Amino acid sequence: MHMADALLSPAVGGAMYAASAVTAIYSVKKVKEDFSPKKVPVMGVMGAFVFAAQMINFSIPGTGSSGHICGGILLAALLGPYAAFLSMIAILLIQCLLFADGGILALGCNIWNMAFYACFFGYFCLYKPIIKNGMSRAKIVLASVLGCVLSLQLGAFSVALETTISGISELPFSVFVAAMQPIHLAIGTIEGLITAAVLIFVFETRPELLNAEATENKFSLKKVLVIMGIVVVLVGGALSLVASSNPDGLEWSIGQVTGKDELDTDVSVHAALADVQEKTAVLPDYSFGNDNIAGTSFSGIVGSGLVAGLCILLAVIFGVYKKKKKADVEKT
Amino acid sequence: MGKLSDAIYEVHYMDTIAGIDSPIHRVHPLVKLIVTVAYIWFTVSFNKYDVTGLITMVVYPVALFSLSGISFGHSIKKLRVILPFVILMGILNPFFNREPLFLLYGITITEGMVSGLTLLIKGILTVLGGYLLISTTRIEAICYALNLLRVPEILVTQILLTYRYITVLLSEANHIFEAYSLRAPSQKGIHYKVWGSLIGQLLFRSIDRATGLYDAMVLRGYNGNFRHSQLPKARWQDSAYLLVWMAAFAVLRYTSLTALIGSLFVR
Repeated sequence: MHMADALLSPAVGGAMYAASAVTAIYSVKKVKEDFSPKKVPVMGVMGAFVFAAQMINFSIPGTGSSGHICGGILLAALLGPYAAFLSMIAILLIQCLLFADGGILALGCNIWNMAFYACFFGYFCLYKPIIKNGMSRAKIVLASVLGCVLSLQLGAFSVALETTISGISELPFSVFVAAMQPIHLAIGTIEGLITAAVLIFVFETRPELLNAEATENKFSLKKVLVIMGIVVVLVGGALSLVASSNPDGLEWSIGQVTGKDELDTDVSVHAALADVQEKTAVLPDYSFGNDNIAGTSFSGIVGSGLVAGLCILLAVIFGVYKKKKKADVEKT
Repeated sequence: MGKLSDAIYEVHYMDTIAGIDSPIHRVHPLVKLIVTVAYIWFTVSFNKYDVTGLITMVVYPVALFSLSGISFGHSIKKLRVILPFVILMGILNPFFNREPLFLLYGITITEGMVSGLTLLIKGILTVLGGYLLISTTRIEAICYALNLLRVPEILVTQILLTYRYITVLLSEANHIFEAYSLRAPSQKGIHYKVWGSLIGQLLFRSIDRATGLYDAMVLRGYNGNFRHSQLPKARWQDSAYLLVWMAAFAVLRYTSLTALIGSLFVR
């Protein structure tokens, strides 16, 4: 999943550098908060460990192929997410410089696609919530597989987004995504299983090595929401940039069939509904009237934000309802 | 396992060639880092149909290979890591963009063909740019440059330590894998039953090593701050190197040098 410089435009490369740099500065701040001099060599050696372990092939039963470990989730489980993110930066930088695996300009993208999603999204939104009440073999497997699969899916999707926005490749976004996602679903599952196998071994032999903070019964909804928000804003914003250049799949199909982008709605009910929609829509047709990039991007972010907000609202309502039901049960 | 021993060899080889003496090797690491980033930046900023402009950027690798004495042959090995993906993307371009651009001896050249070609050239040039940095600058010097750029100390130390320990842990992994292969000669990879214990053992050895390393560092006066080896200060030649390359990149990028040269020959 390492991206090459050739696939990127300077603007996309620079923007992703900025995003990764902000995350790195925040991680440095967090690591310094509970800093012990001993942590630095441990982080360094663990980085080298993941580097070496990634080169070992694991045979996948029933197939002729092999897989590797998923570095981000494993490091986050051992060192905590912030130290893991810094270790991943070191690994990606060395891979890029020494082995030409990923470009120098693309480093920001690679850090984001491979380290951010695994260390923050994978850890805070999946790994930690699953194992927060204590570890077990089943929980480790579930947390590792889900963490690896979803962070890899987001990473692969971001590769397609970053390449398409850069405008270097002529490959349509839909074809790119259709090729990337299924492959990374398989890779993520295998990487998750290998990561789980290693974590189970550590848990059963030297559990003190695992990051203790993960099992503390302290669930930070704020952190989950912030990370989800960042993912939604970035993916949503980038996706709408892509959408502005490629018409939406449905509109495209309509265009192919009727020769127009939107269907004529001369039936009175349709006309009335369309009128209502036109009046109530804050951002008609996902833009500010004209087709400028800032407008589409902004409306993409707003739209994603609204969807995320709706999901959070539903989750909160569901949570309150569940609590109430539990209280009722306890009363009786 | 070939992959692990290849990687160990690669790290040692890069360390050796970065340590030789040449005018390019003597340039200040920060200057080389800035010039490399600028080179890659200018290279990727070329329009996807501007093959003739992009070709002029080959000046930089040609100059640096000849001035530094680094072998070009070895750099081809580096290209094989990232190039297959770039080639695949480049090959697909002619299929997705068939707009004709011009006729060449009766063959219609499409936009997709040209953009595929620029993608390939960009891929080669950017990898060479990065390779020329690492093959003429030791990683300690790059870390020193990052330090000058105010990259947080903890991150710089992290890069340095990871790099130093890569060869140690690669050979550790190699020992484990070789021992495993000798007991399971016909297997392609590690059997799923020992996935956890094999890597787990490597992990424990790594952690024990980290503890030993920390103790050794403390005995030598380590208190949380890492001291970088002293590197020579920037000389006037370094400023000249920076200015010349920046000016050259700007000229190559913003003037159509090939068209200008061509017009001298074609009326």
